[in-house]
Amino acid sequence: MGAVALYLLLPILVIAGVSLNAKKVLFFPPQGVSLRWYREFFTQADWSAPALRSVVVALLAGVIAVSIAAPLAYVVWRWGTRLSRAVLLLGFAPFALPPVVTALGALVLWIVLRSFGQPYTVVLSHGVFLVTLPLATIMLGFAGLNREVVEAAVTMGATPATVARTVVWPNLRPYVVAGYIFAFVLSLNEYIIAYMTVGFTFETLPVKIFNSLRYGYSPVMAAISLLFFLVAALLFGLVGKVGDLPRLLGADARSD
Amino acid sequence: MSASGGRRGGAAPNLLLAWPAAALLVLFVAPLAVILIVSFFRRVQAAFFEPAAVLDNYAAALAPFYLERLGVSVVLAVAVAAVCLAVGLPFTYLLTRLPRRRQVKYLVLVLASLSLSEVIVAFSWSLMLSRTSGVSNLLVWLGVLDAPRAWSPGLAAVLLALVFVALPLTVLTFYPPVSRLNPELVEAAATLGASPVRAFLSVVVPVLRRAVAGGVALVFIFVLGAYVIPQSLGRPPQWTVPVHITDQAVLKSNLPLAAALAVVLLVVGVVVSAGLLAFGLGRRRVEA
Repeated sequence: MGAVALYLLLPILVIAGVSLNAKKVLFFPPQGVSLRWYREFFTQADWSAPALRSVVVALLAGVIAVSIAAPLAYVVWRWGTRLSRAVLLLGFAPFALPPVVTALGALVLWIVLRSFGQPYTVVLSHGVFLVTLPLATIMLGFAGLNREVVEAAVTMGATPATVARTVVWPNLRPYVVAGYIFAFVLSLNEYIIAYMTVGFTFETLPVKIFNSLRYGYSPVMAAISLLFFLVAALLFGLVGKVGDLPRLLGADARSD
Repeated sequence: MSASGGRRGGAAPNLLLAWPAAALLVLFVAPLAVILIVSFFRRVQAAFFEPAAVLDNYAAALAPFYLERLGVSVVLAVAVAAVCLAVGLPFTYLLTRLPRRRQVKYLVLVLASLSLSEVIVAFSWSLMLSRTSGVSNLLVWLGVLDAPRAWSPGLAAVLLALVFVALPLTVLTFYPPVSRLNPELVEAAATLGASPVRAFLSVVVPVLRRAVAGGVALVFIFVLGAYVIPQSLGRPPQWTVPVHITDQAVLKSNLPLAAALAVVLLVVGVVVSAGLLAFGLGRRRVEA
């Protein structure tokens, strides 16, 4: 287990080291220690503008993904109609497609709809591509919801709105939040769909990094990479602190 | 289920389904249909494509050059999926046996690695395997190598980076079934005298066969569709079909050929993963 953890951590350590180089070189261990590359990332518009675009896209794509996943999961849980099960199958399908095919599909679709290159296209395409994540967590949330408690509330005269607010939502909230965070972080890091839909009109940070790789490396990229990793680790760590991470990822309720 | 019209629920369920269904149909199903249609179109200069019903794109996509690329893509994806299975399943199994607090730490690491952009993974592995900042410096320092060497770009770099992105995905797809595994099964095997390794191979692996087949199929398709790593860490011999799809679609503006290549890639992906699933399910039925 330690070997796997090391394998996953080693690139991060090298990135961290390289990002501290005092001069514009990529040495590991670093030569001289400085935080200038972090400063450059936050202050130079050609890095901070794509970063801001990525954050906005990811925030909105997460909303789209949850807005599709939550009602779908609810209908499947509450009524389980045949139609809802068919749509559920569609909701799980995007992850079972080669990523490049998804990206090409988005590219061709937006050309046909004459919206190619518009910033909102990447938001919608990301939202649908990542819908599987909140769908999986919210389905787990409903599965853990005790139907008898819901029925008891109904029997005692609670309206559907009251049931939703006082019984369903409090139990479901961690799963919705976790699903949103998964979608947000993956959208933030997604390259190929962003490249094919808005690669030349609305450069996101992964696209910017990839474009820059062709013209030579800079320690700024290492600084950004480390920040990305830390943001993801922080958010998932937060999920783990607030909620029951093993359970959110599909372990059963039995605890030790 | 007595509230608001019982099991059927009147119009409410369909009303609630309207947006999810519309979004998935327009943004997920329609793009696949459009790819299929465009793959029969003709490429024209000064526009994206013109409607037609020609097989030229498939003739090009199935020419020896692209078939060889397809072979490379499948071999790479199978190799990565095999490594992920061999490493990921024991890792997940050991992970689920840890106390929950320690599980959470590993899970955060796995999730953070999973979410790391393929671009960042490619960048970090190219650093790791470079001459100036890579592990070869460490090996020189240890006396294993005489001088620092560059291993990127090349096959080793592509494999190491692809496993890096695919392994967290493998672990997370294995995690739910493995953590729900009844621990008494393993205990029974141990009571009967099986070593931990033997118990893992003869009890855990067969029971999980179905879930494992599904996870491996998912990873296979994911690697089959990866673009950034083969493109930036590989030399032309390691360039996979996605590299050429992207090249044709974006740089050469030949969307019909890109679409035909995508259809071929999709068919291969579906056939191979259906085979894997049949393997997993078939065995299960025999046992039941």
